[in-house]
Amino acid sequence: MTRRVVVVSAGLSRPSSTRLLGDLLATATVDALLEGGLEAEVDVVDLRELAHDLTNTLLTGFPTGGVRAALDSLAAADAVVAVTPVYQGSYSGLFKTFFDVVDRDVLRGTPVVLAATGGTARHSLVLEYALRPLFTHLGATTVGTAVFAASEDWGSAGGAEQGLTARVQRAGAELAALAGARPSTGPRDLFADPVPFEQLLSGG
Amino acid sequence: MQFGIFTVGDVTTDPTTGRTPTEHERIKATVAIAKKAEEVGLDVFATGEHHNPPFAAPANPPVLLANVAAQTERIILSTATTLITTNDPVRLAEDYAYLQHLADGRVDLMMGRGNTGPVYPWFGKDIRDGIALAIENYALLRRLWTEDVVTWSGKHRTPLQGYTSTPRPLDGVAPFVWHGSIRSPEIAEQAAYYGDGFFHNNIFWPMSHTKQMVQLYRRRFEHYGHGSADQAIVGLGGQVFMRKSSQDAVREFRPYFDVAPVYGHGPSLEDFTRETPLTVGSPQQVIERYAAMADEVGDYQRQLFLIDHAGLPLGTVMDQLELLGGEVVPELRRIAAARKPAHVPDAPTHASRVAAAGGGRDATVHAVDEVTGLSPEVAR
Repeated sequence: MTRRVVVVSAGLSRPSSTRLLGDLLATATVDALLEGGLEAEVDVVDLRELAHDLTNTLLTGFPTGGVRAALDSLAAADAVVAVTPVYQGSYSGLFKTFFDVVDRDVLRGTPVVLAATGGTARHSLVLEYALRPLFTHLGATTVGTAVFAASEDWGSAGGAEQGLTARVQRAGAELAALAGARPSTGPRDLFADPVPFEQLLSGG
Repeated sequence: MQFGIFTVGDVTTDPTTGRTPTEHERIKATVAIAKKAEEVGLDVFATGEHHNPPFAAPANPPVLLANVAAQTERIILSTATTLITTNDPVRLAEDYAYLQHLADGRVDLMMGRGNTGPVYPWFGKDIRDGIALAIENYALLRRLWTEDVVTWSGKHRTPLQGYTSTPRPLDGVAPFVWHGSIRSPEIAEQAAYYGDGFFHNNIFWPMSHTKQMVQLYRRRFEHYGHGSADQAIVGLGGQVFMRKSSQDAVREFRPYFDVAPVYGHGPSLEDFTRETPLTVGSPQQVIERYAAMADEVGDYQRQLFLIDHAGLPLGTVMDQLELLGGEVVPELRRIAAARKPAHVPDAPTHASRVAAAGGGRDATVHAVDEVTGLSPEVAR
């Protein structure tokens, strides 16, 4: 069954290096899945387009505008690439706002690769102290390699072991390995299989 | 099909004048609105239950509903909602049965959980137990209404031994119960299990979500053997503001919308009316929008409108009632009746429930003489 890779990008500028990093990771993941004999398709959730709707979602309590489709896409993901620019030493507010409106358990068990962009590599640990705890809270399975792209990375090929391209490929391979190993279940439908009332009555 | 209004009893500043009604004004206005609802031919008046500002809705709805019952003849009095979580089911059984007698059966209830965390501890409860409380308390409430003598124990209140809730329901038939929930499948499941009504207050939600919840309830209603899915008893919320011309309606309502509690300072009026059932326009626009609801959720039994919130002055609310009763509801009633298949029931009323029970009976439980063990009448 075709695996669904969903990129959530909080990049704001056009073109956006954050979005570019997300696309590179998605491509690396799809290539690695293909090598394992699995077809994959990519869906990109570009949060810039949802900024107003996300604020409205916070205020109204229901997903407005394009937010519903973005959440549905996330819920159906077999693998997620989550990528944000670093603002004031952490993920951006827009990035957090999106994950704030994700329903409980939607990402439970979903493989996620973490990625961020920033002006300097001195921020690279943001992946470990900000992004990883967020996704642990969401119950996602984060892959070991997280990818930080600083300004200097875009201009230098780097060594075969250390360069951005190598890190992206390693992370994509790790994500593909997790996504390929679990069955593609599609989104969990809360309304499909209710807990039978006898069970609720007995305190179940 | 039943049409009515429901109120949350909010005390909100009128943004166009800066004036805030007093609690006294709001409470008296609510009674005036209820009486007007009957006068213009609506079927149902329902009140919220609240325990905190900015609301002047009753903490115990039967207080308000008894007052309205005394001043009306025909309209059904209901709640939106009765908190089944923080109220003691013993008090609910007593109070609503008493109200049923005062109102000669013109009473039903809608159960809700309440989503304000701090309210729960005011009544010794914990919001984390919300679903469990709704399930246990309601199971007890049903027994208190249907069994004369109840011995019971559970997790959330002290046990009962040989307890009789008084007065007994009018004619031996308990009030009909709706269960309201916006997004908890457990509550749709609960309504389906008992064959009770399910009310989706969709005023802040898109129809796609409402449809999912209603479909779940209908499917499970059939599963539990109460009839086919399309015979389940469904109610929907609604929200309208009308003037003869839609431009006037939009112009007048926008300042209230923009700063309204709950959704104010958020989406535009245009976005919100597109995504939710809020309809701001002419009576004809309201008719078209609400006549189409049944295309989404199937033929349904009760439509309640929110018309008195966000600081709208009483005179404006009265205008809305005139338009609802005069132009909108008669047409919606006609459309609903024309499309509803014969096997789809109307919303249950006291009369229909008494008939279904094979006729009314006095259900009075007389005290037992402790010496002879006989009821006073027999002992005499």
